[in-house]
Amino acid sequence: MNQDTITNILVCGIGGQGVMTATEILAEAAIAEGHDVKKTEVAGMAQRGGVVTSHLRFGRKVLSPQIEPGTVQVLLGFEGAEALRWSHYLRAEGIALVNNARLVPPVVELGLFEYPEDPAGQMRAAGRRVVSFDAMSIAHDLGEIRLGNTVMLGAIADYLPFAPDVLLACIVKRFARKGENVVDANRRAFAAGREAVAKQLGTASA
Amino acid sequence: MAAVMPQLATPPVPSRLLLSGNEAVARAVWESGVRVAAAYPGTPATEIIESLARYPDLHTEWSVNEKVSMEVALGASMTGARAFCAMKHVGLNVASDCLMTMTITGAYGGLVIAVADDVGLSSSQNEQDSRFWGRFAHLPILEPADSQEAYEMTKYAFGLSEQYETPVLLRLTTRICHVKALVSVGEREAHEPAGFIKNPQRWVMVPAHAKARIPGLFQREETLRGVSETSPLNVLEPGRDRRVGFVASGPAYMHVKEAFPDAPVLKLGFSYPWPLEKMRALAAMCDTLLVVEETELLLETEIKAAGIACHGKDVLPRMGELSPQVLSPAVDRLLGKEPPPPAPAATPMKVFPRPPTLCASCPHMGIYYTLSQIKNIIVTGDIGCYTLGAGHPWNALDSTICMGATMGVALGIDKGRGEADRNKRILAVIGDSTFMHMGMQGLLNITYNKGNITVLLLDNNTTGMTGGQATPASGRDIHGQEAPRVSLAKVVEALGVAVEHIRIVDPYELPVLFKTVREEIKHEGPSVIIAQRPCVLTDGFKPFRPYLVDEDKCTGCGNCLDVGCPAIHVTRREMAIKPSGKEVELAFANIDNQACTGCGLCVQPCAPDAIQHVARHDIPIHIVKS
Repeated sequence: MNQDTITNILVCGIGGQGVMTATEILAEAAIAEGHDVKKTEVAGMAQRGGVVTSHLRFGRKVLSPQIEPGTVQVLLGFEGAEALRWSHYLRAEGIALVNNARLVPPVVELGLFEYPEDPAGQMRAAGRRVVSFDAMSIAHDLGEIRLGNTVMLGAIADYLPFAPDVLLACIVKRFARKGENVVDANRRAFAAGREAVAKQLGTASA
Repeated sequence: MAAVMPQLATPPVPSRLLLSGNEAVARAVWESGVRVAAAYPGTPATEIIESLARYPDLHTEWSVNEKVSMEVALGASMTGARAFCAMKHVGLNVASDCLMTMTITGAYGGLVIAVADDVGLSSSQNEQDSRFWGRFAHLPILEPADSQEAYEMTKYAFGLSEQYETPVLLRLTTRICHVKALVSVGEREAHEPAGFIKNPQRWVMVPAHAKARIPGLFQREETLRGVSETSPLNVLEPGRDRRVGFVASGPAYMHVKEAFPDAPVLKLGFSYPWPLEKMRALAAMCDTLLVVEETELLLETEIKAAGIACHGKDVLPRMGELSPQVLSPAVDRLLGKEPPPPAPAATPMKVFPRPPTLCASCPHMGIYYTLSQIKNIIVTGDIGCYTLGAGHPWNALDSTICMGATMGVALGIDKGRGEADRNKRILAVIGDSTFMHMGMQGLLNITYNKGNITVLLLDNNTTGMTGGQATPASGRDIHGQEAPRVSLAKVVEALGVAVEHIRIVDPYELPVLFKTVREEIKHEGPSVIIAQRPCVLTDGFKPFRPYLVDEDKCTGCGNCLDVGCPAIHVTRREMAIKPSGKEVELAFANIDNQACTGCGLCVQPCAPDAIQHVARHDIPIHIVKS
């Protein structure tokens, strides 16, 4: 099996949250480190509030683009219930980094289904390693909710098989043409994301 | 994407690029010196022409439908120009009339048709296997297994097409189109068309001419069988563990290599006609043969017919995407082993479903809210975002079949109905892009055959479902440049609808919309209500001031929830006894003013006037300017 030499990252959320862009930046970082990379998602109807998952696999040589249940090292969840939905993709020692956002769809508002009370808690109860944080309020405190995605990337930065700076460089490159203010704001958001996860784990940020 | 998309002055620098299969095909089409490329948007193929439109020195277009796109490509090929068209699987059904005769004329300039199967139905009304068309039309099929192969096979396809004067089918699936991987690319090579040569025996397909050419079709197929036999695209990998040998094409090959790296594999890149001798060689070197194909048992049947024993869909699923984890238990069973039970931790947790929704401020919500309030109607639907009207909370669509079917189905219901449906009114819903794709003929058929149908033509000025592509009614071309803008009202009039029964409404104005629908469904005869509002995902949409709920005024009636807006949320629920003694659940609502764009649809059914504009100073502002 090829599985053990390959890093599998599953990014999940809802259409419009920026799941695909975040995964694209992660892919760029893996390429910068010399990895072979495959990234896939099902788009199409997903842009309209539906479920979005983006699969990222990298290593020496990647064959199948799809990640299988039970094989994910890091699950990056942009939304609580979505992280719970895909948590069975984690391998036993894998970790879920979950934004506490609670995006309730119309089918729940109509009373047809229930939204889980505490998705992260439910994952922990099932024996998963979970770090949860509120990326949106972190971004809000930084003065711009659109920084939420960079907070998310900061959160995963210390769980990659390469230095956080590699990922940060890819983020900076992407925003470079938008000027220094935007780049600085993204640097702060990246650091805040790293810090949020480190604080939860009670360890100092690397 | 109504914004002007700049064409690149110079193409991306040749090197290794992270490209989706769609982008890789586009790059190869451009490098092959293609002059004309046409398509109608359709998931998962949309991005091929979308990214090709950014390259210089070729004509790209959104055609009104796939049949037209194929005809445009054929015409270009007749001049000796290299030509290309792309479509989703169901698009090839539409284009098949052209395909089945185009195969007889053959290609002059290299002619490649990319067809993308939505395996697993992520965004389609069916799942079908386009490899059948290669057999039906006697055309060669190439099947890449990743982005690099998509790039290389596309380039190869143009040469193959010219050498054997055959159109070539490039068969893709979602896991080629929508997988990004590193691709080594090159540069564009000029390809000057040799010029159109008058040749009625070849290009004028009357019976005598076609009859004379058909034997050549079979001959070509036999020749291509020989080409396939020695093609480097068909690779026999001998492997070491010879218990099970695999036959695989497309993404299935990657799954096989992932799960069984040591097994013998015949990888089919030139998958039709397939190489019989290589197949026999594979069969001879392994104990059991397993055909891994998405989605029909096509190769399997043909391999068996050639006298080679094999397994396939007897152990593998008949529908949906394959994956390494689908293959492993199947192979265990072939080897007489009981597959290990799935680990309990790998079982999905129970979570509510999250179906796609209409966007906040989507003009379709006004339509479906209105239809959900009218009794005794039958509503036929069509393909687009507005198909979501069949879901909660509206439950307001009664059929969806294929592009444009709303018209024919509505007329059939009208003409076929008996006493049971005598008092029902029949409405046909269709979007602007779908109308121009295949709905216009159906409307003409309604007027000509005196149908009693009210058509709701939802004009959001774009092809919404596939990401907002331009249409002939949007006044923009594929590059976002100005283009002639067709008037839908004039088209509808020309198709025979009386001017007084062509009504133009604003779907945000619920009372007017409701009144107009009531009036027109009473009219005995065809009428068309054109609902005009731009799709919220296009530049044509300008957000308004958001709303909020005054919690002191909200009575929990839940009327606003019936609009179906994803920005409306329930804050608390309470049971209450109505004066009639009936127990009801009250749902108190609020509005997420980050998501609300102020269309005002929810304001209108709110009985206690609890929905009000957010005060100006409360509107979220962006501190970091971009």
